[in-house]
Amino acid sequence: MKTLYKIPEAFTDRPTTYCPGCPHGIAHRLVSELLDEMDLTKKTVIVWPVGCSVFGYYFIGTDAVEAAHGRACAMATGIKRSHPESFVMTYQGDGDLASIGIAETVHAAARGERISVIYVNNGNYGMTGGQMAPTTLLGQVTTTSPYGREALANGFPLKVPEMLAAIDGPAYIARAALDSPKHIIQAKKFIKRAFTAQRKELGFSLVELISSCPTNWKMTPEEALKRIKNQVLPVFPIGELKVDEEVE
Amino acid sequence: MSEKILMKGAEALAESAIRAGCMAFFGYPITPQNETPEYFSRRMPQVGRVFLQAESEVAAINMVYGAACTGTRVITTSSSPGISLMQEGFSYIANSNVPCVVVNVMRGGPGLGDIAPAQGDYNQATKGGGNGDYHSIVIAPHTVQEAVDLMFDAFELADKYRIMVVMLVDGLMGQMMEPVEFREWVDVKKEAPDWATVGQGNRDHRNIITSLEILAEGLEKMNIALQKKYSEINQNEKRYEEYKMDDAEYGLTAFGTVARISKTVVDMARNKGIKLGLIRPVTVWPFPNEIYEKRREQVKSFFDVEMNEGQMLIDVRLAVEGKRPVFYYGRLGGVVPTAEEILGEIEKKIGGAK
Repeated sequence: MKTLYKIPEAFTDRPTTYCPGCPHGIAHRLVSELLDEMDLTKKTVIVWPVGCSVFGYYFIGTDAVEAAHGRACAMATGIKRSHPESFVMTYQGDGDLASIGIAETVHAAARGERISVIYVNNGNYGMTGGQMAPTTLLGQVTTTSPYGREALANGFPLKVPEMLAAIDGPAYIARAALDSPKHIIQAKKFIKRAFTAQRKELGFSLVELISSCPTNWKMTPEEALKRIKNQVLPVFPIGELKVDEEVE
Repeated sequence: MSEKILMKGAEALAESAIRAGCMAFFGYPITPQNETPEYFSRRMPQVGRVFLQAESEVAAINMVYGAACTGTRVITTSSSPGISLMQEGFSYIANSNVPCVVVNVMRGGPGLGDIAPAQGDYNQATKGGGNGDYHSIVIAPHTVQEAVDLMFDAFELADKYRIMVVMLVDGLMGQMMEPVEFREWVDVKKEAPDWATVGQGNRDHRNIITSLEILAEGLEKMNIALQKKYSEINQNEKRYEEYKMDDAEYGLTAFGTVARISKTVVDMARNKGIKLGLIRPVTVWPFPNEIYEKRREQVKSFFDVEMNEGQMLIDVRLAVEGKRPVFYYGRLGGVVPTAEEILGEIEKKIGGAK
């Protein structure tokens, strides 16, 4: 019989620590499938963040390090520069990458570091209980924007791929969403291009994955996915923002 | 040993690190230590190694952390305010058991302070600085030659114990031109050590480097393992120098630049008939308390001189355990005390007694 579907080898059998309905599992699966398919698993070091995926190294079975909050791109830089043969990626949330770690991210991108960044944006700080993040939508209620995020007081949602696409260092920058099978298939295609950018030593690569947080959004998983489509994607449109022609 | 070369301290530090097998430098500009990274930026590409100017000290230490996780000999150099920014990284490095070397060219503080030579970071370096129960090995050379020699030892100690080694110096040493001799170049192993995170490859297990352990009992085990390592270091790695202590009636004690000045003080005092000697800790963590315990039986009193408000003084007093008076003299804010000034203070304290 032909195998049509199986658990990726890079994915461990340890039960995850994510809430029911959380798309981190989907993102982990996409990364694991590609590590298998591109024969990268044994060459890879993943730099894990502080946030919901802080224990990610239990679930994706590669060599791994656990960075301080926001410092994943700096740590990945140190690994890649001193051991260029390794495939080095970070996996970060929006609080980790877009708030406390924005400097490390922008400068790793500007230097064109040969690293790949998976940036999971669920619009709030999930692990600490749903506080406002730089990516929180205007009007969105969180535990630290109880009256809804207001532009005058809290600023506007930060669009990281748009920022990074404006600098010369990145080889591949894209945004995908994890709200539907169609978008998930597209997300995998984008991540594959990001990994290819590193394999071909073209420069920095990043894929933002628009995700949900049913627990802190106080919604069912299904309602949360609908919210992505109806409210988040109009603000954070999906697509490729920068593509080095050699990533194909 | 090779031939003697006349070199500026700041550049000799970098050259010795390179010869000691340092494969990567990550750092951020700050006065008074810029000659060191500038030298690295010229030399590292010549020998096929990594020089990277980071966007901040925060990024620099985390690049060091990443490089250390691959088992690569790695260094950063900075000065007091920059070192403060790195403290979080130091704490992570400690609980991850990875090796690296950090040079702190201390300047006047607190805050932005000034750029003059000072020793105000003694407590920060020897007692922690970042969060949690941890130590780094802290070495305090008093001449350029000693700094050059200790740089080789620093990398060896870092690898041996998988620990961060801090070299405490000040801007005076960085600016000083002195003849130095370097040890033989260290052959650098090409293969990553078995604990390093470089991709699993043919290993039968994967490596995970983390300072995180969510279960209290598990973290306690990690803490105990760290403490065990520290007590081993305490047993084996204490270093100090004594200068004319054999017949001394008074014990001067100082580290780094002040210790160098203090040797002159000892000679001047002896010319006046005062039997003064010097105890100079070379490692300030682990602190060589035993030598004070030994000499306290012999001397009438100790004089601790520092370019801070008396930070090492506490360690000296702990070692002397109240058996003898320990007097303190220091200058603050980046003012370097002169030998005459120090001797004058000693004479005031001992009165006519000789």
